Amino acid sequence: MMRAEPACRIAAVLLIGLVSLAGAAAVRAEDAGEEHATARQSWPFAGVRGQYDRAQLQRGFQIYQNVCSACHGLKRIRFRNLAEPGGPEFPDASVKALAIGWPNKISGEIDDQGNPIERVPGLADPILGPYKNDKQARAAQNGALPPDLSLIVKARSLESTAPWYTHWFWMLVDIARGYQEGGADYVYGLMTGFRDPPAGAQMGDGMYYNLTFPGHQLAMPPPLSKDNFVEYQPDAGAKGSLDQNARDIAAFLAWTSDPNLDARKRIGWQVLFYLVVTTLILYAAKRLIWSNVKH
Amino acid sequence: MALHASTYEPKTRFGKWMDERLPIGRLMHTQFVDFPTPRNLNYWWTFGGILTFFLVAQIVTGVVLAMHYQPSAAEAFDSVEAIRRDVNYGWLMRNLHAVGASMFFLAAYIHIFRGLYYGSYKSPREVLWIIGVLIFLTMMATAFMGYSLPWGQMSFWAVTVITNLFSSLDSIYKGLGTAIVEWLWGGYAVSGVTLNRFYSLHYLLPFVIAGLVGLHLWALHLVGQNSPTGLDIKTPADAVPMHPYATSKDAVGMFAFLILFAWFVFFLPDYLGHPDNYTPANPMVTPPHIVPEWYFLPYYAILRAIPSKLFGVIAMFSSIAVLFFVPWLDTSRVRSTKYRPIYRWFFWLFVFTCLALGYLGSKPPEETYVFWARIFTAYYFAHFLIVLPIVGLLEKPRPLPGSITEAVLGKGAAAPPAPARATAAAKVKV
Repeated sequence: MMRAEPACRIAAVLLIGLVSLAGAAAVRAEDAGEEHATARQSWPFAGVRGQYDRAQLQRGFQIYQNVCSACHGLKRIRFRNLAEPGGPEFPDASVKALAIGWPNKISGEIDDQGNPIERVPGLADPILGPYKNDKQARAAQNGALPPDLSLIVKARSLESTAPWYTHWFWMLVDIARGYQEGGADYVYGLMTGFRDPPAGAQMGDGMYYNLTFPGHQLAMPPPLSKDNFVEYQPDAGAKGSLDQNARDIAAFLAWTSDPNLDARKRIGWQVLFYLVVTTLILYAAKRLIWSNVKH
Repeated sequence: MALHASTYEPKTRFGKWMDERLPIGRLMHTQFVDFPTPRNLNYWWTFGGILTFFLVAQIVTGVVLAMHYQPSAAEAFDSVEAIRRDVNYGWLMRNLHAVGASMFFLAAYIHIFRGLYYGSYKSPREVLWIIGVLIFLTMMATAFMGYSLPWGQMSFWAVTVITNLFSSLDSIYKGLGTAIVEWLWGGYAVSGVTLNRFYSLHYLLPFVIAGLVGLHLWALHLVGQNSPTGLDIKTPADAVPMHPYATSKDAVGMFAFLILFAWFVFFLPDYLGHPDNYTPANPMVTPPHIVPEWYFLPYYAILRAIPSKLFGVIAMFSSIAVLFFVPWLDTSRVRSTKYRPIYRWFFWLFVFTCLALGYLGSKPPEETYVFWARIFTAYYFAHFLIVLPIVGLLEKPRPLPGSITEAVLGKGAAAPPAPARATAAAKVKV
């Protein structure tokens, strides 16, 4: 009677697995028809092994500088970060020049006479947007607040749409593959998701229709479009287009949210190697110790 | 414990001197080297050691984080970001602590389900079990307050929702709930004052847990460990000394579990969290969908399954409180579910119920989800209040082996001498 148990268990697990997979396949097939702006993209920094692509981060910074920085700050990133390993790794000299030439000055300090001053940023200073505070930003932006972008990728995600009977399966797949790029997928979806409002959509004053944005009404006008995108230098590694711009800015903002990703994954594999080897050694030791005891 | 005479012999002069004044070496040797453990323990028994490791790890990483963290409403969020970005290996400390909390709960849940499956709460281990439930409650309070500290949107709103639960007491006695809530908040709303006191308690409670763990171990070592057969150690042949037998097995279990831990720390540090917590707390903006951390989801589902706020809160607290009574609700004559042909089905139904409630707790309170949350909430309580007492009375357990040794070696096998250390040491003594 006890003999039959393992076989029963394996059969049950297999059955649940097969039913779930069949369900998942059916749902995938159903989904294929609709237009989804927010789909998972492939990223160089994806999964358990991915690392940032320097050239892409540099192109992404170009988009930020030329387009986003007109309204959005990047206050958790300091100019020096742009030259540090694991980031865009611009040369020190050009980052210094960039800081000195940055249009948004550092305020809140006083001179020797006690008068408030504005000074030119240095390498240790944050990359600020054009507005001194949220009130000023809202006043200039028709009541809307352009958020700081330093953490935007970590603060956004794609919701899982899997039904309950496959939810656990896709969850395990994501864990096994190390999927953490929902925020970058979202930013890409937002950049490429601007459309004309569908017939019958009630749009607010000064609002733009976006497939990805929750509720579809976004106060931000399309920063990039099919005809209006940033062209790159010939040696930048890619040609400018809406799609390429959207990927590059999403990748750059992924770095600003998670500047230690490269080191984190590198160290992660070293730690895993150590843990797996130690576990195997400990297991061998345990077998040896228990070899004279039936248990 | 007649089986368990101390074989401790201090070897150095200092050791002998100390042994006559504070025999702490003798205590450690008796309790963690010679201590008899059942020879048939499986890997589910390694989670006690894993949990001890995580308690220590959380305290160590927490102490380091506290050196850099600023517990004020204005600075908390920025200081966590500074830890991630500017402190050397701060990202690692922060990930270890945040993911460590999740792994602590995962290990605790496995430990609790193991106790439920093998009947580890049954006489004479009732007090051991009750202390365990107290540890679990303290862990929940610690984790809840810890989650408030990054002061992101989800931190702030989780604190708001959970503390507000006490306001339901207003329907029992007017003003009582409001008074309690204001006392918890230290004001008329969740604010930096609330954050401050949560930080203070978050630093205090782990040491309370450590104290309770001491009592848990004391109670365990007094009565000895349960085993997969549900039988106690009866003869020396049933047991092996804790070291090196149980310790070598514990080490394998722990390192295997650390692989999972490292996977999340290095590859999925935010997978178990919520993206909204990377937006600074804003009392003026409510997130569209407030959810607690994954380990609280089943209780959240129970809370929302009950239409009345007061009874929802009562049900949620009862879902933990009922655990205190499990030793007396279970009427079965045998401990281990292995020998309970009917109850084992209910056990796995209960595991499924907890997972289902977890899933439903993560979903918005829409009609279908609430409907199923009610069904599973009903079973959650029925399992303890109806199934445990009634199945134990009706069920005819499978025949138990005569002893742990018989379960391992089969009936009629000559009991071999107790292995290694104990006998060897006994000879030396003679």
